[in-house]
Amino acid sequence: MTEDEFTAYHDLADETGDHRWAFGTGFTDPLEGIDTSVPDGVSGPALAAYCLMLGDDALIYSHRLQQWMTRLPELEEETAVANIALDLLGQARMLLARAGRAEGADRGEDQLAFFRTERDFRNVRLAEHPDADFAQLAGRLLIFSTWRLALLRELSGSRDPVLAAIATKGAKELAYHRDYAAQWVIRLGDGTDLSHARMQAALEAIWPLVDELFRADAVGGDLPGVAADPAGLRAEFDSVLAAVLAAATLDLPDTPPLALVSGKSGRDGVHTEALGYVLAELQSVARADPEATW
Amino acid sequence: MVTGMAADVPAARQIAEAVADPELPMLTLADLGILRDVTGENGHIVVTITPTYSGCPALHEIARELEYRLTQAGFGATVRTQIAPAWTSDWITPEGRRKLHAAGIAPPRPAAAGAALPRGPVPLNLTMAPRDPVACPHCGSPDTAATAAFGATACKALLRCRTCHEPFEYVKEF
Repeated sequence: MTEDEFTAYHDLADETGDHRWAFGTGFTDPLEGIDTSVPDGVSGPALAAYCLMLGDDALIYSHRLQQWMTRLPELEEETAVANIALDLLGQARMLLARAGRAEGADRGEDQLAFFRTERDFRNVRLAEHPDADFAQLAGRLLIFSTWRLALLRELSGSRDPVLAAIATKGAKELAYHRDYAAQWVIRLGDGTDLSHARMQAALEAIWPLVDELFRADAVGGDLPGVAADPAGLRAEFDSVLAAVLAAATLDLPDTPPLALVSGKSGRDGVHTEALGYVLAELQSVARADPEATW
Repeated sequence: MVTGMAADVPAARQIAEAVADPELPMLTLADLGILRDVTGENGHIVVTITPTYSGCPALHEIARELEYRLTQAGFGATVRTQIAPAWTSDWITPEGRRKLHAAGIAPPRPAAAGAALPRGPVPLNLTMAPRDPVACPHCGSPDTAATAAFGATACKALLRCRTCHEPFEYVKEF
């Protein structure tokens, strides 16, 4: 280390509070100090329900990525997937906090993340899907991040300035996530016979969960100028997927969509069996000791 | 120091600007461009900061450090977060870039025009090759290769130099 570098690190050991050495232990409201009043003419409950959907997508998907930690093939993929999961967790925290404020019932991000049951979660079923192998991780991340990037870009012009700010910031992060996933899909698809076959099989396994991403939800219609039209995101999604799959020498899957349950799916709180297991893990500590602080 | 109802904002700003970033400790908050405002309100100092990435775990620590440093200097201080406009790596000052380079970290190039306000198509990277080479901060060679798209923190990637063979970190355009 040069002397300059040493001095830089030495400053950290200077007499300061203990907070320097307890990273991530102090959580304040991620929207602290931000004006979260609901804009005129916008329904608070509808805005809350909408932010909850987008926040749940990020929270549940982030948890699924976190489950890969220590199981990835290389250290470089560990840091990449951990950082992607962290970005999504940050988006989830802001969106859940935004939902809590708009709802006006004084539920904070922790209350929403840890003390709701399965039927109250509004994430798309794609977010809860367990990746069977690394090819599914790459394929699912390509699908999720391509869709979410298109969605957040649309929302960066939302009439709710808080949602617009969260979306603008998140879109920049999603562009990196999408690049990471696309590069792995190309590397595996255009790789060996084995990696090609597994990548193709992974996309076919995930494809049934794609249609749901573009279905109209129950609250978007009540939020003109605030919410995005899910169907309007399909064209960009299709063109990105076509470009990546062509470069990867993979075929666009044609596996049929996963059936709805009495016309309902993730956005209505009707999930696959997988979500219960995610929540059991995600919520167990907070539920075991509801008074705990961290 | 607080004099009556008016706080000495320039002095408080100087203290806030000099606080080190915990993850890139060679940079101050001013170098990194995350310090958005320092104002006086009724004899109280209000510092506004913005996160680099949504999940940045350092933001809370930075806020506590600002409160600590300002309190030590006799100010009453509150730290607020602001998320719009979103931070961009273009806000890292020339001095910050110099310090990064001196610490062996390649500073970011100018962020793509579309990245700051992502309307319009976001370009898709379809090759493993970097868009254009990042020069090695150790020997200056442009013959470098990416080893990981994400480093120890979300804002950095890992590269290695094919000339001097040293690995190095690089702050991504954002």
